Amino acid sequence: MIAFPVLSLITFLPLLGVLLLMTVRGDEKSVAGNARSIALVTSLAVFALSVYMYMGFDKASADFQFVEARSWFSGLNIFYKMGVDGISVFFILLSTLLTPICILASWESIQKRVREYMIAFLLLETMMVGMFAALDLVLFYVFFEGVLLPMFLIIGVWGGPRRVYAAFKFFLYTLLGSVLLLLAVLALYHQFGTTDIPTLMQASVPLEMQKWIFLAFLASFAVKVPMWPVHTWLPDAHVEAPTAGSVILAGVLLKMGGYGFLRLSLPMLPQASEYFTPLMFTLSVIAVIYTSLVALAQEDMKKLIAYSSVAHMGFVTLGIFTLTTQGMQGAMFQMLSHGVVSAALFLCVGVVYDRLHTREIGRYGGLVKNMPRYATAFMIFMLASVGLPGTSGFVGEFLVLLGAYQVNTLATALAATGVVLGAAYMLYLYKRVVFGELTRADVKAMTDISPREIAIFVPLIALVFWMGIYPSSFIDPMAPALEKIITRYNEANAISLPKEVQP
Amino acid sequence: MILFEAPNLILALPELVLAVLAMLLLLLSVAGKAENYRLIAKMGVFALMTAAAVTFNFYGQAGTTFGGMFVADNFSSYMKLLVLAGSAVSLLMATKYLEREKTNRTEYPVLIVFSTLGMMLMISANNLISLYMALELQSLPLYVLAAIQRDSVRSTEAGLKYFVLGALSSGLLLYGSSLIYGFTGATGFEQIASALQGQTAVSLGVVTGMVMILAGLAFKISAVPFHMWAPDVYEGAPTPVTAFFAIAPKVAAIALITRVFMGPFGDMAEQWRQVIVALSIASMALGAVAAVTQTNIKRLLAYSSIGHMGYALIGLAAADKAGIQGIVIYITIYMVMSIGAFCIVLMMKQKDKMVENISDLSGLAKQQPLLALAMSVMMFSMAGIPPLAGFFGKLFIFQSAINAGLYTLAVIGVLTSVVAAYYYIRIIKVMYFENAEEELDKAADTGLNLILTAASLAVVFFILLPSPLLASAGAAAQSLIK
Repeated sequence: MIAFPVLSLITFLPLLGVLLLMTVRGDEKSVAGNARSIALVTSLAVFALSVYMYMGFDKASADFQFVEARSWFSGLNIFYKMGVDGISVFFILLSTLLTPICILASWESIQKRVREYMIAFLLLETMMVGMFAALDLVLFYVFFEGVLLPMFLIIGVWGGPRRVYAAFKFFLYTLLGSVLLLLAVLALYHQFGTTDIPTLMQASVPLEMQKWIFLAFLASFAVKVPMWPVHTWLPDAHVEAPTAGSVILAGVLLKMGGYGFLRLSLPMLPQASEYFTPLMFTLSVIAVIYTSLVALAQEDMKKLIAYSSVAHMGFVTLGIFTLTTQGMQGAMFQMLSHGVVSAALFLCVGVVYDRLHTREIGRYGGLVKNMPRYATAFMIFMLASVGLPGTSGFVGEFLVLLGAYQVNTLATALAATGVVLGAAYMLYLYKRVVFGELTRADVKAMTDISPREIAIFVPLIALVFWMGIYPSSFIDPMAPALEKIITRYNEANAISLPKEVQP
Repeated sequence: MILFEAPNLILALPELVLAVLAMLLLLLSVAGKAENYRLIAKMGVFALMTAAAVTFNFYGQAGTTFGGMFVADNFSSYMKLLVLAGSAVSLLMATKYLEREKTNRTEYPVLIVFSTLGMMLMISANNLISLYMALELQSLPLYVLAAIQRDSVRSTEAGLKYFVLGALSSGLLLYGSSLIYGFTGATGFEQIASALQGQTAVSLGVVTGMVMILAGLAFKISAVPFHMWAPDVYEGAPTPVTAFFAIAPKVAAIALITRVFMGPFGDMAEQWRQVIVALSIASMALGAVAAVTQTNIKRLLAYSSIGHMGYALIGLAAADKAGIQGIVIYITIYMVMSIGAFCIVLMMKQKDKMVENISDLSGLAKQQPLLALAMSVMMFSMAGIPPLAGFFGKLFIFQSAINAGLYTLAVIGVLTSVVAAYYYIRIIKVMYFENAEEELDKAADTGLNLILTAASLAVVFFILLPSPLLASAGAAAQSLIK
């Protein structure tokens, strides 16, 4: 075990960077340069610390570890409580890994108000890590909604031409979902007199209340995931956000919804989860098929990947609500894989966007000739997104379908078409951008990826293969925590179901 | 037989001190020259601080005096400190503006101090008659303040409008009081409470009287449908006066409403709850929707304050300790946020002329990043986004609503808060996403800067240390629960 409060340190270390950034003085150019360095060093330190934390993490245990609890609201049963289990530890690692990558990716593409940009990213990191580590519902909510502040500014200040519209849509959509979550939290507090997540995970909520709270949770998490039909903010936000904004949005922010289902909905509301499973399956399957078809028709690279995200997250929600070992492991794995792969795909788009300043697919073509290294990296991530065996995408989708098959064959069959469609739109995208004739002069003039960009892609490529070839190093630590959820779910529903009369 | 019982003056000591100092101030301002504004203002702040010190010294001393007309308890001490602090701060905020606009007449501090005295008496009112007297003592200086820029049509119009509508509300209040007196035979809060206690069917006259009183008081907090004056008065009155309106009288009025409805009418909660709920919903909804199209920042803040009063009333609808605690917390945080927001409005000038359009803020993030940051902190906080203080205000209010089973009210409340978020973030959009046509002048007012910094820090760091406020609000709420 680690003796010091490591989770709080990981969460709030970025704020130290923010403080440093605020004190930077000088002319605009030197401020920008210093701001980049400070932000990168801070985020790398946070990443190193979170890896250190992971090394001290007991992978065989299903319990929360590194738990810290401090009094916060005296007189009320609300505490500052942090802790991680096999589910959240990976999300923390994902967040702390992607933040330095985002900062590196913005090294040259962000030229105005660099200092503020870096402050926003470090703030965002605090919010994300805090959300995954929070073990108190109010604390969780504070971080969950606090994410909106920096993200709103990132999209709105450094985004594309329709950034204002996209930022408002993102903010208001997410806020609308979150406030209902807040009411559900308060209702739970009223009922049980505590907002302690581990306690509430054992609480038996009355069935009728479970249903209402489930719907309130759903309103919030479905927007975050995002599930069909509340996904419409995502393409706008992705298209308008700067590259790094899209990366963090796809890589981490979308996982907050899935994490919410795993951490709150299933353990606290097992019966309602069972009751609403058909709804969740339906929405997931629609998301997979419909958004895949929409993705096929996109002319904008980022929009295409945004829709593919919705489809992939459809697999996640499908897997979560199978409540089978394979399905849930698959969902978790898919989230991690998607976090890496979609982040990488957005980075790939960012690379060509930085050079040609357009995301229109038709403007490109034949990049394999003048950008072979880029074409290779793009191919790896594209194939991982398609789910080629040996890459991370395969494991997640396969496990989800395996789990879903045990529960609902129809949903599985329908969702499986998404795999085919996924291959179709990704290969089609790749063909149009990378292959073909290299005719346009400005495309010809594009240079291959720089050492900085290679440094961004290498860890992600390594992860894609690691996860694809030896998934156990990820699945084993998360298995006990997931098993706990499944056990709890089965127990709760076995009790609630009327005993069948034996003939 | 005791013919004359000497009142316990200790309980009313803060008011007595402030009254004496206020009269001294009046003498000085009449005797002195008009240029003495700064001196009188400083003495006004001193008087308010002295009263605050006395209040603090006797914090929580409970009892009634002046034959039951005046009550002191934890609640009154807390609210008085809040009002005194708000008045002192708004007096400090006003100096530069008034000097620039050449309205730095010595009446200004005197009127503020007298009005504050009225507010303190309102908070401690324990009888319909002392309630009315205190309310008028508070209101009359406000009417004058609104119209203090005599040469400005907008200001005089605001003053007149405020006066006419204020008189109307006083009339409603008096009519309601007379009905209550007629049907219960008492004007003292305890006597009314005991007359109404245990009645299964409350007579229509009492209900009518109570609703009339509520209407009169709702006017003071500008709850819908008694809000009509607020946007016009906010816009027309000189900005420091608007700031004062938004800060201190709201606190006093909400304290008064809470005391009246938890005290004498405490047993009739079932009758008045639906009225409060209706007021609350209407205020939240109108505050959210009507602000969307505003272009003037003072009008926008007027609608925003209407909305905030709607949220505060949720706590009253809950009618229990948690609800009142929620109100106390909410109104405290609201006051700090209003102070911050109005500091920024007072700093908005271009080429030495005050401006008050939202579009004038455009591009502020580039020219004055810290000011823009402070404004966005205030706006995000008013929208109720964590981790800022405004979120916790809403949190406790909604918690009390859920505790009391007012689910519909809570759901409507959070939904309107999303609508309201739209116009708050619109201001942030203007500051951060747009470029300036004409830049704002750099603010050179150290006093305003200091106040703004303090308010921003309080809003940002409230999350670290919420317990003291929670505890004092809890104690204040407890003293109203029998």
